Amino acid sequence: MSSFLLGITIFIAVLTATCLYRVAVGKTIFDRIIAAGLVGTNGFILLTLIGFIFGRIDMFVDLAIAYALLNFVVVIVLGKYFDRGKEKQP
Amino acid sequence: MSVQTIVAIILMSAGGFFLTVSALGLLRLPDFYARTHAVGKSETLGSILILSGLAVYNGWELSTIKILFILIFVLIANPTATHAIARAALRTGLQPWVRKQQQSNEARRK
Repeated sequence: MSSFLLGITIFIAVLTATCLYRVAVGKTIFDRIIAAGLVGTNGFILLTLIGFIFGRIDMFVDLAIAYALLNFVVVIVLGKYFDRGKEKQP
Repeated sequence: MSVQTIVAIILMSAGGFFLTVSALGLLRLPDFYARTHAVGKSETLGSILILSGLAVYNGWELSTIKILFILIFVLIANPTATHAIARAALRTGLQPWVRKQQQSNEARRK
């Protein structure tokens, strides 16, 4: 089981590294934001898996919770910031 | 291997497959709105499959409850974030991608 965990961790790490292409190149700013959100989501999954590999899951799962909350807040705030639509008339 | 481990391995393999689909969609699809389709659904399903596999493997502990909390949070938050970005793009005026033929038809109609 530990070799399976190591294998799937390396696999997801490679997937996340390929998604960084869209963060670097993405044609619009929204492509970059959404790719950064995917990298963050994969990041805390990697963090949980690394906790199982090291046998310290009680510590790493708290870090993963913090990453998940921060990732959500960052994507929502960036979406608000780059929204250049017209303000609604009251 | 116990039944618990086998179920965990099956769940996590399915999660890895859906994460692969999501990464491929993000890299290969032609347009921003198509890419939100890949990220919003496949990514959420892959994440919750991998996290539920880890929760099954861990057994009944405090860490399992925390992993289930992350799972429910991802299930709510990830589609919400994708929807917020797509809405911001639509309000900013980003045009959806159409095929070449369709484009010329629309130009002729105008």
